[in-house]
Amino acid sequence: MKNSFLMRNPSTLIFLTALAAFTIVVTLLSEAFGLGLISTSFVKTLGKTLCLGLVAVAMDLVWGYAGILSLGHFAFFGLGGYMIGMWLMYERTRDIVISSMADAPIPPTTDEITDAIGHQIFGVVGSSEFPLIWAFADSLTLQLVLVVVVPGALAFVFGWLAFRSRVAGVYLSILTQAMTLALSFYLFQNDSGLRGNNGLSGLQNLPGLEAVPQEVVSIWFLWASALALGLGYLLAAWIVSGKFGSVIRGIRDDEARVRFLGYSVEGYKLALFTLTACIAGIAGALYYPQAGIINPAEIAPIASIYLAVWVAIGGRGRLYGAVVGAGFVSLVSSWFTGGQAPDIPLGFYTIKWVDWWLIVLGLSFVLVTLFAPKGIAGLFDLVSDRKWPNRHGADLGPDAGALREREASE
Amino acid sequence: MSTLLEVSGVSVTFDGFRAINNLSFRIGTAEMRAIIGPNGAGKTTFMDIVTGKTKPDEGRILWGEKSLSLRGMSEARIAREGVGRKFQKPTVFEDQTVHENLVMALRNKRGPFAVLFYKPTAKDLARVEVLAAEIGLEDALWRKSGELSHGQKQWLEIGMLLAQEPRLLLVDEPAAGMTPAEREHTTNILVEAAKTRAVVVVEHDMEFVRRLNCKVTVLHEGAVLAEGRLDHVTANQDVIDVYLGR
Ligand SMILES: Nc1ncnc2c1ncn2[C@@H]1O[C@H](COP(=O)(O)OP(=O)(O)O)[C@@H](O)[C@H]1O
Ligand SMILES: [Mg+2]
Repeated sequence: MKNSFLMRNPSTLIFLTALAAFTIVVTLLSEAFGLGLISTSFVKTLGKTLCLGLVAVAMDLVWGYAGILSLGHFAFFGLGGYMIGMWLMYERTRDIVISSMADAPIPPTTDEITDAIGHQIFGVVGSSEFPLIWAFADSLTLQLVLVVVVPGALAFVFGWLAFRSRVAGVYLSILTQAMTLALSFYLFQNDSGLRGNNGLSGLQNLPGLEAVPQEVVSIWFLWASALALGLGYLLAAWIVSGKFGSVIRGIRDDEARVRFLGYSVEGYKLALFTLTACIAGIAGALYYPQAGIINPAEIAPIASIYLAVWVAIGGRGRLYGAVVGAGFVSLVSSWFTGGQAPDIPLGFYTIKWVDWWLIVLGLSFVLVTLFAPKGIAGLFDLVSDRKWPNRHGADLGPDAGALREREASE
Repeated sequence: MSTLLEVSGVSVTFDGFRAINNLSFRIGTAEMRAIIGPNGAGKTTFMDIVTGKTKPDEGRILWGEKSLSLRGMSEARIAREGVGRKFQKPTVFEDQTVHENLVMALRNKRGPFAVLFYKPTAKDLARVEVLAAEIGLEDALWRKSGELSHGQKQWLEIGMLLAQEPRLLLVDEPAAGMTPAEREHTTNILVEAAKTRAVVVVEHDMEFVRRLNCKVTVLHEGAVLAEGRLDHVTANQDVIDVYLGR
């Protein structure tokens, strides 16, 4: 059955094959398992890029397919990161605290250990108490559940309020930005319980696995990210291939018509918004251990706007476009902003890419939107010669009506 | 014959303009009705009210044997109760195939989870084939509906309407943009449908209305001006004054 699904969706098969090939090649070139041609930090960059690809798939589902321009999905991504970060930080600090107390004359009590961990983690924000939200931080299982549940619950509550009042279009985009902004402001506060602007750090160190070198860990995360992207892609492709896909594309193109067919548009939007928030949370939970640190700046409204830009440049409404866009733009972006791109001296002025990159990106976005709405993925059409009608129901009126639209306009 | 839909004393005002004024209307479970009236008489607004798109300021809208009130129900809920609608301008999902359009319309569970795990049954597929043949699109099943001609889109929408198996069909100007042969075919489909369900047709074309051979309601300024057989209402002096005489 799965085979037949892949056969019916060749682009999914091609994508998964390419992803597998990519993962194998990177592994073979890595320091840990191969020729050592790729540095560990670049392996991490590639692993992170796969996570960005996954959140882009979620964005494409919600925007490219259902037409909901959410500018808040990076908040869900960040929340996923925070949830796994809490466990990583707690466990590692506990290990450190226990080993440092090991040679104390009197064995420490559990309370003393907890206090010491609290002191270590929250010292930077002038506190040593564990806030309530850290209640499950000692359990990997529960924090993994929260990776999905916290973004999902926030999306559900937000979506329920917004969709029920039929907030749509640009107003919904603004509302999602407001949500993102509010969340990042909240997290910036020292008493948010998540270490304010310090964020959570040291996430690259896996508790209990200190002996494993980072070059190996980086490959593990690359594999995990590739697996998550592959599964997420498969899920998304399955969702959009059936009647559910028909309905959400219908919502994108003519929401009122879908209502008159008897589908509860709000219910569909809510389901999809929540599901994609969960996917974004998983992507974030894999991303931040590779980044090593998460802080509230990651949730800044602009991050979610970038996400929309990636998907637009990659090509909306086809999942591989989102992945290509996220990968391409984020890699190029880090090349330019990372200072690797050579400055261009013009004599009177030197173009520093670190400053100018944003403008280039913004301009590309505008140009793609205006002149190549299918994005980079549109290039694949040249190969597959895929055509889609771009006639949006122009009413021909009674006289020309019996003609096809093309005949009529000739 | 028992009553399927009973609208009584309904009014709606847009920015002080009374588009529907104390309108009353009733239709049985298997009945054909034509609504005629000059432009701006409120025919489309009437359909908007019944389908829940426009909320009336006052009045009652009762539905079915249990006299359920449609007022306050969402559009989707009303559609699930069995009210199907065809719009004045053909609205089909242009980016999707004829087949996808029809499958979406088929009478099946509408909830997100049921739809996510939906697999077309042999019965569903057969039904799509039958409908496609009925609307003359059996060879176009796998084409994107955006590629269809205006008349074909009208038919696809009629096909979607039939696929929904509604108890009440509201059809807004179905013959617009059709050739005479297509009009006749449309008449036949509607007359056939009215044998088992209620059908309300808004139409300008008198020839078309005559062929429907049914009771006619004349709307004017948001209220019923006359009602009866076509010959009867066209002989009515008020109707001649506001509509036919112009
Ligand atoms: N949403 C609306 N807002 C304001 N005026 C409206 C609205 N819908 C309809 N009207 C007005 O109500 C009147 C009836 O319109 P309509 O029902 O479309 O007429 P018909 O379909 O009989 O030609 C028209 O004068 C129209 O301008
Ligand atoms: Mg009208």
